[in-house]
Amino acid sequence: MKNSKHQHPNARREMLKKSAALGAAAVAAQFGFPAIVRAQADAIKFAHLTPRTGFLGQLGEYGFKAASMAVEEVNAAGGLLGRKLELIAEDSVNPQTAVTKAQKLIERDKVVAIIGEINSASALAIGEQVARYKTTPFFNTGGNSDALRGKNCNRLMFHVEGGNTMYTKTIGTWQKAENKIKGARWYMLTADYAFGHDLFRVSSKFLKENGGELINNDMVPTNTADYSAYILKIRQAKPDLVYINLAGVDQTTFLKQYKEYNLPYPLAGGVMDTIPFWAAGIDSISGHWQSLWFHGLEVPAAQAFTNRFSGKFGFPPDNQAWGDYVGVKIMAQSIAEAKTTDALKIVEYLEKGASFDILKARKGSFRAWDHSLLQEMYVVKVKDKARMKDKWDIFDLVRPVPGASESLELIQPTREENACTMA
Amino acid sequence: MFAIVIEQILNGLLVGSYYIVLSLGLSLIFSLGGVVNLAHGAFYALGAYFAYEVERRLGFGGAILLSPIGVAVVGVAIERLFLRRLYHEDPMLSLLFTFGLAMTAEQSLRLIWGTSGLPFAIPAALKGQLLLGDFIYSYYRLTVLAVAATSIFACWLLLHRTAFGMIVRAGTRDPEMVRAMGISLRPALTAVFALGVALAGLAGVMSAPLAGIQPAMGTEILTAAFVVVVIGGLGSFWGVVYAGLLVGVVRGITVVFYPPAAEASMYVLMVLILLLRPRGLMGEKFEKFE
Repeated sequence: MKNSKHQHPNARREMLKKSAALGAAAVAAQFGFPAIVRAQADAIKFAHLTPRTGFLGQLGEYGFKAASMAVEEVNAAGGLLGRKLELIAEDSVNPQTAVTKAQKLIERDKVVAIIGEINSASALAIGEQVARYKTTPFFNTGGNSDALRGKNCNRLMFHVEGGNTMYTKTIGTWQKAENKIKGARWYMLTADYAFGHDLFRVSSKFLKENGGELINNDMVPTNTADYSAYILKIRQAKPDLVYINLAGVDQTTFLKQYKEYNLPYPLAGGVMDTIPFWAAGIDSISGHWQSLWFHGLEVPAAQAFTNRFSGKFGFPPDNQAWGDYVGVKIMAQSIAEAKTTDALKIVEYLEKGASFDILKARKGSFRAWDHSLLQEMYVVKVKDKARMKDKWDIFDLVRPVPGASESLELIQPTREENACTMA
Repeated sequence: MFAIVIEQILNGLLVGSYYIVLSLGLSLIFSLGGVVNLAHGAFYALGAYFAYEVERRLGFGGAILLSPIGVAVVGVAIERLFLRRLYHEDPMLSLLFTFGLAMTAEQSLRLIWGTSGLPFAIPAALKGQLLLGDFIYSYYRLTVLAVAATSIFACWLLLHRTAFGMIVRAGTRDPEMVRAMGISLRPALTAVFALGVALAGLAGVMSAPLAGIQPAMGTEILTAAFVVVVIGGLGSFWGVVYAGLLVGVVRGITVVFYPPAAEASMYVLMVLILLLRPRGLMGEKFEKFE
């Protein structure tokens, strides 16, 4: 009796202890354990926040590998301001989780920069958080939506990734120069959701402004497995060019089936990521495309990066890897040159037009009024299979856009096209 | 305009033949075992992944023969180990089991072959197009049509011209009576499950060169397969055939007139058919399902 009476409160205390531990574990699980936990009091911390699971997970994985490589290189070169650089990597999952994780990274981990994202909705959510805290700049390395640089722009958010307008104008500028737009009849296929609609708005506007004619646009439901009916329609319409505002799996499927029918009408599209093109395989792809960056670029810095990345991981970097690598390097250089980690001073430094080696022939700098990275993009064409060095070698460079003598503003949205007013 | 519609109808029949292969197995498994196989899409995906492995070693011909057999072997194992315990239980149990199986299968595909899509090209011998007057057909799709028609016909022969088929059809109508005559349905149940998932696997092999291979491919086609079975009517062989063709044609015509509704057209068709014929096109009255 006595024993059990004494035992009771003890057992209860034990229970409480256990549930507290469980609770803590649950909280930790909810936030996700940071990939690197050996926190050093005096280390400067960057966060890499990007989707690592789900349909964008594979792109995110490339981004993470490149970001960690960039951090290792900074440390190998002596760190920043005499301190070590540390990367805390998190899976942003979706916009809701991205918000929670951004808050945790800023408040608890006290990171001095957030780098990453692919999903435009998550990028928007993170952008709102950094604008609220004003302690941590965010480098968007994968969100394409124009609204991020326009309607939803803010002083703490910088865009390494190109916007929809930039992708459209890159291929469009080349097409204009090749006289493929004026008087040309285009047939468009558009993914029937927000991303596709935004891209369609931009690409059809560009076509009309430059004297081309849109003969038809089919809004295609996402996850369409069979495009034969659309391809037969295209064949009947006899366009001068087929332009697809599709992405991801839909883009891969369409490319494969378009090649199957071997129609004579050239193919182009509003956006291009290397990974889905690798997945489609050289036999299934054709046409001219725009690229933010690709590893076949014959620029010494790009080749050196590709060699380091391939040597470490066994496969070459894609455009997402490039974005996250460059994002980390830009922030590191800013801290080194501004000699501070203070967010507002870094923003000021960037807005003054600091220029960066972004592994392209021309240097990059952020445009002050909307924080879009002024940079070259590329028109590439699918390589002749006989000349491929390996399965990743799928593109030949056609030309950089803007050309070497042209202003980098050429492919950027104008103030009228994408107004940004920073608070 | 008329020519476009005719062309889309012919193309729709072609697409439809592929829907039939996909759905026939689902219909067979449900008719005999009473199992709503939510893992049908998983077997379809498995067929495509097996094809990826076989094709690299033995070419596409080997893949189209061996991959469905491989899927059937996996099917037999699953039927023997798990499903057969559930035939006489509440149908909800087999439904939950196949639901869980579908999720497990998809994640396993991710673990084994990776999250990203795998390239799979149309075999070199089947590249090219056939021009008939103003109409165009890709050789590959004509091959799909031939393989589909052959397998549909073979299934029909098996079910209507063999002793095995007679047991299956009798078991579908009245399992009690079959048992009363001293015939065990167990081997037939296993065989039908194997046949059903092999057909799903075959559809997976045929779709790989057209739509590529990725882990979620099974989940994406499952609903379409169910819609075809429901339109055709449960338990009816020809019902599935007609429904598959109808879905293909309706979808093609919708793409001509209003593409945003292309994928939704089959659901509208299903609603209309069910309003007119609650048991589907050729659905029969089944004592055991009433």
